[in-house]
Amino acid sequence: MPHYHPPKIASSEITPKSLYMRRREFIGAAAGGFSAMALGSQALAAPLAAKPSIYKLDEKLTSKEDVTTYNNFYEFGTGKDDPARNAGSLNTRPWTIEVGGLVAKPQVIDIETILKEIPMEERVYRMRCVEAWSMVIPWIGFPISAILDRVEPLGSAKYVAFETLVRPEEMQGQAGLFQALEWPYVEGLRLDEARHPLAILATGLYGETLPNQNGAPIRLVVPWKYGFKGIKSIVKITLTEQEPPSTWNRLQPSEYGFYANVNPEVDHPRWSQATERRIGEADGLFGGARINTLPFNGYADEVANLYDGMDLTRFF
Amino acid sequence: MTSLTLPALPALPKRYRPASVWALYAVGLLPGLYAFYLGIFGGLGADPVRAFEHLLGLWALRFVCLGLTVTPVRDLFGINLIAYRRALGLLAFYYVLAHFTVYLTLDRGLILSSIAGDILKRPYIMLGMAGLLMLIPLALTSNQWSIRRLGQRWNMLHKLVYPVLLVAILHYALSLKVIDPEAAFYIAVTTLLLGYRLIRPKIMERRRAKRMAAPRT
Repeated sequence: MPHYHPPKIASSEITPKSLYMRRREFIGAAAGGFSAMALGSQALAAPLAAKPSIYKLDEKLTSKEDVTTYNNFYEFGTGKDDPARNAGSLNTRPWTIEVGGLVAKPQVIDIETILKEIPMEERVYRMRCVEAWSMVIPWIGFPISAILDRVEPLGSAKYVAFETLVRPEEMQGQAGLFQALEWPYVEGLRLDEARHPLAILATGLYGETLPNQNGAPIRLVVPWKYGFKGIKSIVKITLTEQEPPSTWNRLQPSEYGFYANVNPEVDHPRWSQATERRIGEADGLFGGARINTLPFNGYADEVANLYDGMDLTRFF
Repeated sequence: MTSLTLPALPALPKRYRPASVWALYAVGLLPGLYAFYLGIFGGLGADPVRAFEHLLGLWALRFVCLGLTVTPVRDLFGINLIAYRRALGLLAFYYVLAHFTVYLTLDRGLILSSIAGDILKRPYIMLGMAGLLMLIPLALTSNQWSIRRLGQRWNMLHKLVYPVLLVAILHYALSLKVIDPEAAFYIAVTTLLLGYRLIRPKIMERRRAKRMAAPRT
């Protein structure tokens, strides 16, 4: 199984075919884009410097257009295009993250401090959604350890809990009659998972700061787990001794586990996880057949040992 | 049913009826054809196969619902659209067929082992399959010859459309991670349409009784 081969062609030199195929849309989008710009500069991404890392893939990147217009962020609606449409209202400055719980030095960290003081790296990762579609995304971020080291977890800390912003006036999915989930969205990792070098807090993608719809200003990316573990717009990180609750597990424990490791052998009770469709691979309607899903989303060599001796059909 | 006196409502002159039925077929197929066109030229978003597959399924559900609206609309509002019911039913069937074909080919790439496993293991796929299988005899008997030939049995057979709608809505709901507002809408519509069939005998009986009691003029 290939892992982390350097790309043969610089990603910047490729115009993804899906993007090229949709060239007509940009003419229309341009008109809409200008009005969006007038509405709020917060929604606009700014360049974000990052040094290259060893974490690369020799797989075609999913186009920036697809990455930023097709995703789940139920705080802005349940449709795949709702986040891109509705996230412009989110104000991501000022923004602080409260880091506490079982730590020696609890603190409130400003996002500007993080961007200034923590070196950012580019990480090209596969992203596998529990709905059986996938992408390849050039994230910018840093290992979670960089934050954990600042607060010094106590010996009793076994888990890391994450929490998303609750601000119904700016996140329309959190307001009104129909609300898909219980807010705030919460997620968690075991401390050793969070300490794994592959697990990052992302602050950007495609060379720019995160667009609001992708979880600005800071989100979790754990490439060997299903996408719903990648909690967005984080405002709170808490070290705990007990396994913290996670949103989808709380909603339907028989379908979504705490671990949520990508596993083609363990199906979602209602659909198969054996295959996935790579977004942007289809030429229009054709050629978008499924590809096989890999154990731990292709990161088994790096992370499988975290789960030695565990029955993965039970701890799914 | 002919014993019911319906309020006279302006209706399309009879001579335009065949043309209007053909127009319904044409208009009814447009959403699917337009989506196919969009899909080919990259206008269905990031996951065009999924979008196309879902759109076809949703239109199938819409036409089943519309077909089952004909009777309540006639009972409650005196508007008789029975001439269009066959077209609505057949449109539903064509969309289900297209939905299934896209699932087999564009989605599953005709990999039969994966399809077989999928059908047998997934309740929502099985429900969808059951809906398709039940629709086949209905589509095959949607013609004058069958109606004449089958007589009362035709009516019995076509009551299969109720379980079709039931499995269709379950198939839809079970394929989702959460019931979103759109799905909630169709669940409500389905509940109304099927629920009406439960109370309909009572409504009809009360009307008949009222009419009997009324002094004849």
